[in-house]
Formats: sequence, structure tokens, C-alpha cells
Amino acid sequence: MTFAASEGADNSNDGKSLRKKLLRAERRKKFEAIGLVTPLLIVMVVFYFVPIAMMLFRSIDNSQMAKILPQTSIAIQNWSGEGLPDEITYAAIVGDMKIAQADRDLAKVGRRLNFDLVGFHSLLSKSGRKIDEIKGPPYKENLIAFDKKWGNEQYWTVMERGLKNTTLLYLLAAIDLKYDENNKIVKVPEYEAIYVSIISRTVYISLSITILTLILGFPIAYFMANTTPRTRNLLMIILLLVFWTSLLVRTLSWILVLQNNGVVNNLLMFTGIITEPLDMVFNRFGVYVAMTHVLLPFMVLPLYSVMRSIPSDYVRAAQSLGAKSITAFIRVYLPQTLPGIGAGALMVFIQALGYYITPALVGGPRDQMVSYFVAFFVNERVNWSMASALGLTLLILTGSLYLIFGKRVNIANMKLG
Amino acid sequence: MALPAHATLGGKIWHYSFRAIVILIFIYLVVPILSIIPLSFNSGELLSYPMQGFSFKWYDDFFSSGRWGLAIKNSLIIGTSSMIFATILGTTAAVGINRSNFPGKALIVALLISPMMIPLVITALSLYLFFARLGLNSTYTGLILAHTILGIPFVIITVSATLQSFDYNLMRAGASLGASPLRVFFKIVLPNIAPGVFSGALFAFATSLDEVVVVMFIAGPSHRTIPRQMFSGIRETLSPTLLAAATVLIVFAGMLMLTLELLRKRSEKYNAPPGK
Repeated sequence: MTFAASEGADNSNDGKSLRKKLLRAERRKKFEAIGLVTPLLIVMVVFYFVPIAMMLFRSIDNSQMAKILPQTSIAIQNWSGEGLPDEITYAAIVGDMKIAQADRDLAKVGRRLNFDLVGFHSLLSKSGRKIDEIKGPPYKENLIAFDKKWGNEQYWTVMERGLKNTTLLYLLAAIDLKYDENNKIVKVPEYEAIYVSIISRTVYISLSITILTLILGFPIAYFMANTTPRTRNLLMIILLLVFWTSLLVRTLSWILVLQNNGVVNNLLMFTGIITEPLDMVFNRFGVYVAMTHVLLPFMVLPLYSVMRSIPSDYVRAAQSLGAKSITAFIRVYLPQTLPGIGAGALMVFIQALGYYITPALVGGPRDQMVSYFVAFFVNERVNWSMASALGLTLLILTGSLYLIFGKRVNIANMKLG
Repeated sequence: MALPAHATLGGKIWHYSFRAIVILIFIYLVVPILSIIPLSFNSGELLSYPMQGFSFKWYDDFFSSGRWGLAIKNSLIIGTSSMIFATILGTTAAVGINRSNFPGKALIVALLISPMMIPLVITALSLYLFFARLGLNSTYTGLILAHTILGIPFVIITVSATLQSFDYNLMRAGASLGASPLRVFFKIVLPNIAPGVFSGALFAFATSLDEVVVVMFIAGPSHRTIPRQMFSGIRETLSPTLLAAATVLIVFAGMLMLTLELLRKRSEKYNAPPGK
């Protein structure tokens, strides 16, 4: 289009300079475009992508340890890993512990190493309290006299691993793995394994919600796409009103409706179907009902916009060729809705994976998803590394889905009502 | 979907039961939300029917109590500021994105939209750890920054949608008549894409008003917003003031929806092809 317009204006020049001018104009447009996008891109990189990258790095970052025990981290590098470390290493740890104890940093080391080997925290705090009693060599004997764990190779293996700049400990823990006493990666015992089941629970709940939204969303999208403009507008307004109502409001409303003396239980008792109120909230049922409600518009809107664009001629043609209504629907109509189903399902599934507020409010302890545990490790345990490791698994989960299916579903083109 | 005259009995049954199913699903969507509204005028302490009497006292508590008053103020401050920043940054970027094809455009668009797709808890955790270094946790600045980022995808999407029907030749015409690029933007581009910009701004504001995960991570006690206050309310006491707050938010959602609907109609009328 640029070509036609400029050709008329530049007909006095020869083709070559016209070409140049066009290229120059094209380039200027490009620079303008880049110039307009750059400010936002800088803000997003500095305040969004860098923080996310730093968070992900934190799940393997272990540099703080070597800062608190600097001499030990150097001395222990000479240790072969067989037998006990040499006297120099023992001297180094006594020196480091004296400073760390005075700076009140020793508890940090204890907490961190206890994550790898239970018992390290008490060992360090016990030894730390009387570390100043050790005035001189032999450090090895003196320290072992405090607690014979200092003469236990396993503690030194953990110490050596714990003083490296990076650690896989948290990432392994996030998928129920750990190091054994031989420094090999093994599964944690069954009674300690929780995260794999939390991750699979998250996927399971999200998948169930996706199917539920499809079951409920398909009929109403179909109805809206095929009804009179008046009804369609009315239903669209209702749907968008629900869509724009605060998540907290919708979650609260389900607690009120499903609680023991809520509308549903009262109605069921009144009609005599039940005599005792049913537990419908603060359990998995409540999570399904409330989350399906919250995410339903994300399924209906893309489905509806695809269904609107399906001409009714094909189904009619199939019927006129002798297909029964149901055959025509399954063989002709349904395949044409697949892009909408795909877009809606991806939207709902990805959103559901990251859900936190709704399950936290209407679910029980066994219905919490990965996001809940990220918040738990930040707020309750103050273990940022473990929170980051779980964050990484969540990001991998959503990211891989997006990479596999995202190409077929253009999120940027999604209509927002 | 009118029932054809030649419909069989089975067809008739299906026709009406399908309608019934659709109505039931809409009841599931709407009734729980609407059931909050009457209860917020209940004079009793209980959050269940039947109502004991009519009273405005929970609204009185919502608008005059210290905690809720602070939450309303915080929500308005954070919502308005993040809306302004998200709209300015998002609109300029959207104009750039739709102006020309440049290398890496698809990737950049994906990056700018990503806050919508990345789980909120990841955004919250990352910003919490990052802001801890900068001392931005428990500050308005930190919260406004976070909500600006969360609002940007909505502005980009709505503005891009209006720009698709914007005729860039108008910009060229303006420039050829001697207007500076800035003048062209404010006199020609902006009035044409105003409905998109305005709805993008509303989306950004609504996003901030509804956001609670990021607030939970990075806000201190004095920066609690309405949804944050509601979250602790639901967890702890379940007081009827929550219902008043919820009703106010439902009314807000209704007004927001109507405004967006008007904007959409206006934008359709503007961009209708000539002769229609």
C-alpha cells in the first residue's frame, strides 16, 4: 500500500532513489515502533523479568553459607570426602563459628544444614554456645569432645555440600528427592514425600476444572451463539457481570451458599431430601464448585466467539444429505468448535494451575495446590529457597503447556468481552 | 433458536430440556452472587437466610470503620496510580507494536502479555524477594509498580484491538500537513483509539482492585487493600461488613461492565465501514 501511494508522488525520480526512499521510510517506521515499545520493555525487564530470574536463581543459590563460614569453605576443599577432614578444617570451623556465633549468624547455617540433615541445627547451636571455651589446638579433639557428631563423616559430607555456592537440595526436595549418606540422589521415604503428590493434585484439580468448565460452558456458548440477538446480549451482559465481579466476592458467595445453614442445605432439608446438612464447603467439592464458577467465563468467551463464526449451512447440508441431527452435530459441528475448545481449555487449565485464593478459602488442608505451599514457605517457614523451588516447578508446568499448545491458541487475540 | 414447525416429539423434548439446562447453568453463575446483596442489609449478625430485619449498619461500618476506610483509600490510591502508569506505558507500546514489523516482535508481544499468564504467586514471590533488596516492600511505590505490570497486558490487548481498525494513513496525512509526531499522536491517533485506551484503563483499574496475592506478599499492615481485607475477613471473623463490601464491589462490577459495553458500541459505530 505504501508502494502505490509513494509511486505517484515520486514519479519524477528514477526507480533507484524511490527504492531508497521507501527503504528509508520503512526503516524510520521500524525505529519509531521500537522507540515506542522500549520504555515499557525496560520497565518490564527491570521490574518483572529480572525479579523472576533472580527468584528462580534463588532456588539453587547457596552463596550465603560460604559468606558465614568463609575459612571452612576454603579449607574443606582439600578434603577427599573419605574419613574425617584434617586439623586445618577443624581449626577453620572453630574460628568461623566464633565469629558467626558473635554475629548471630550460626542459626542461619543451622537451619539451612538441618534441611539437608536433621540434627545439624541442634549440633551447631549446642556447640556454638560454648565455642569460646576452645582456646587452642587440638581443635579436632576439642570439637569432638563437645559432641561426637563432629567425628561423624556424614555431617562433614553435608557440610561440604552445604558450603558450595549452589545447591540442588531445594529443587530435589520439590520433587521428593534428597541426597543419601553416600552423596547419591535418592527418593525420600514415603512418609516424608509430599510435593509430588501436591504437584499431581494441582494438575488433577486443574484438569477436572477444565473438564467441568467445558461441560458447563459448551451448552451456554452454543445457546448464546445461536439465539436471537436480544437474548444473546442479555446473556452476554450476565456473563460479563459475573466475569467482572471480584474473585473474593465470588468465593465468599460460595461459602455462604454451601455452608451448613446456607441456601443449598436449607433447600435440601426443607424438601426432605436430606435430614442432616451436607458438608459442601471447606473440602474438595467446594473447590470444584467455586473454581469452576470463577473460571467458566474463560471457557465460554473463546468458545462463543468461535461458534459465532461457524456458518449454519454445513450442518444443514449434512442434514439434507441424510445425517441425523446428532450425527451432523458430532461429525460436522463439533470439529469446527475445536479451536474454541482448545483456547478455552488452555486458558482455564493454565489459570487453574496457579490458583491460590479460592482453594485457600473454600478448600480443606488436603485441597491446597502448589501456590499455597509457595506462600506457606514464605510466610510460615521463611524458607525463600524452598518457595522459589516450588515456584520453579509451577513455572515449568505452566510454561511447558504454553510452549506446547500456545502456538495454536493466540492468547493476545483473546477477546475480553 | 426457534423451534421449527416440523419438529418431532423428541426434538421438542430436546429443545425444551436444552433450554432448561442453559437456564440452570446461568442460575449457577448468577444466584450465588446475587444472594449476597439482600443479606448485606440484614440487621442480624448471621450470614445466612432468613433475614432478621433491614438495616444499613454494615454499610455504615464499611464506610466509616478505620480498617475498611484505610482499605478503601489504599485500593483507590493503588488502583488509580497503577491504572495511569499502565495506560500510558501500555498505549505507547501498543501503538509501536502495531506501527510496523520489527525483528523479535512476536517475542516482545508475548513478553508484554506474560504477566497475564504467569501464575500470580510467582509474580508475587519474585517481586517480594526483589523489593526486599530495594526496600520497596510495604510501600505504595512497590504496590503501584506491581499492579502496573499486572495491568499492562490488558491495556495492550484492548488498545491493539482498536488499532487494528485504525487507518495509519491518517498519521501520514497529519504529518504531511506539517504536524509534529507528538501533535499527530494527540490530535489524530488518541481520539481515534480513545475507546480502546479507556477500556484498557478500566481493565487495569479493575485488575488492581481485585488483586490480592501480590498484595498479600508485598504489602504491610498499613497498605491493605479491600480484597486483602476481605481475605482476612473471610479467614477470621466472617462479619456481615464483608457482605456490604462485597455488594459495593458487585455494584462496581456492574458499572464497569456497562461502561465497557457503551465503549464497545461507540467504538463499533466509529469504526463501521462507510455506508453502513
